[in-house]
Amino acid sequence: MSVRETIYLETPLTRDTLNFLRSGDQVQIFGVIYTARDAAHERMWKAIQQRQELPFDPKGQIIYYVGPTPPPPGRVIGSAGPTTASRMDPFTPMLIERGLKGMIGKGRRSEKVRQAAIAHGCVYFGSVEGTAALLSGCIQDAEVIAFADLGPEAIYRLTVSGFPAIVVNDLFGRDLYEDGRRLYRRLRTGEH
Amino acid sequence: MREIHVDDIVAKLRQLCIDANIEIRPDTVAAYHRALEQEESETGREVLRQLILNAEAAKAQRIPFCQDTGYAVVFVELGQSVHITGGSFVDALNEGVRQGYLQGFLRKSIVNNPLARINTGDNTPAVVNVDITPGDRLKIRLLIKGAGCDNVSALRMFTQAEGLAAAKDFIVEVADNAGPNASPPFVIGVGMGGPFAHAALLAQKALLWPLGIPNPDKALAAIEAELLVRINSLGIGPAGFGGSVTALGVHIETCATHIASFPVAVNVDCHSHRGKEVVI
Repeated sequence: MSVRETIYLETPLTRDTLNFLRSGDQVQIFGVIYTARDAAHERMWKAIQQRQELPFDPKGQIIYYVGPTPPPPGRVIGSAGPTTASRMDPFTPMLIERGLKGMIGKGRRSEKVRQAAIAHGCVYFGSVEGTAALLSGCIQDAEVIAFADLGPEAIYRLTVSGFPAIVVNDLFGRDLYEDGRRLYRRLRTGEH
Repeated sequence: MREIHVDDIVAKLRQLCIDANIEIRPDTVAAYHRALEQEESETGREVLRQLILNAEAAKAQRIPFCQDTGYAVVFVELGQSVHITGGSFVDALNEGVRQGYLQGFLRKSIVNNPLARINTGDNTPAVVNVDITPGDRLKIRLLIKGAGCDNVSALRMFTQAEGLAAAKDFIVEVADNAGPNASPPFVIGVGMGGPFAHAALLAQKALLWPLGIPNPDKALAAIEAELLVRINSLGIGPAGFGGSVTALGVHIETCATHIASFPVAVNVDCHSHRGKEVVI
């Protein structure tokens, strides 16, 4: 794992930009990203089943798996760190097939998601859960655009500036979680 | 007999909920600093530095350390010479949680049941565990339990023949499977003994133990130390990006069990290891 200079990304993303990214790269994201977690994904899945329009066009966009805390007076949003991405796995390929180009979360993705991401061109970024107060400071604007009744699970359109993340799954099949662990593992596989 | 009014309990728990979510436990922050010295991976060290900065930012800006402001789990030690006045004790605990989560701008993460999944809107009900103790004091210990790490927790019933060796392998296996999903470096709470349900409760209670303080039982302290070394050999590292610090601590609680049983429960807590206590 070579550590490269921080890469600055502006949304919407293109395939050309993603081709440049490698697992382990540190990035900073600028522009509009969308939030969605468990309940919002289920509703988007139902919308697709019923041939209804999605709350936003996923083409070129990034989804951030987060349920923020409510904003105290004077802030646009409360604390906003990533949630476990794997819970969204069953619903993710349908969004990738519709042009989603990036996902921000924490934790491993399923084989189906990784394959869909490689096939259609979508990168999975990890951010650090437990840095929710710091990440909140990178969010300049937040607006609920759908499913307001879901509270913290509503879909927000966020405008971010210098949002830090690290490339976990790139377009070339590399996985930082697997590679990183292999590098520091002192036990043989199967030995506990 | 000493009287304690429910209004006092509401006010204390309200503040406890807010403070526990904004000011992360001092022993947790101290553990980040120890981990920073120990961690070999530069990416891992950067994650730990971010956690330390996040603790400072949360405190300075009075916003939660983590957006998952968790399940409010309350462990109460109620002196038998205390008389609660002015209303229901359990209602007062729930009211304290309700006020804390609403007034502290904390996230409401509780749904009414796993099927209907309707958000209760105020993070209640709290989970309430009560121990009746001698004396006239009321101690409230609040554990803020995040879900990402709770979701990878596990319980297994062993036999005497399988013994401690199998139990230790299981605990390491739970940490290994938790991987990056449960926000490492973790804190591992282990409950050994009881009937089935009690082991899980003990595992959760073990998370209240201060990080960096070994178990007063020497045999258990040795097991904790061994497990910590083995879990840190897994290579998962801070945030799961690879590294030599995968757990900040392992704490074991034991209790009596049946002659036929050896229950082992493992409750994983993420690096946002939060809690606070008050004595009234």
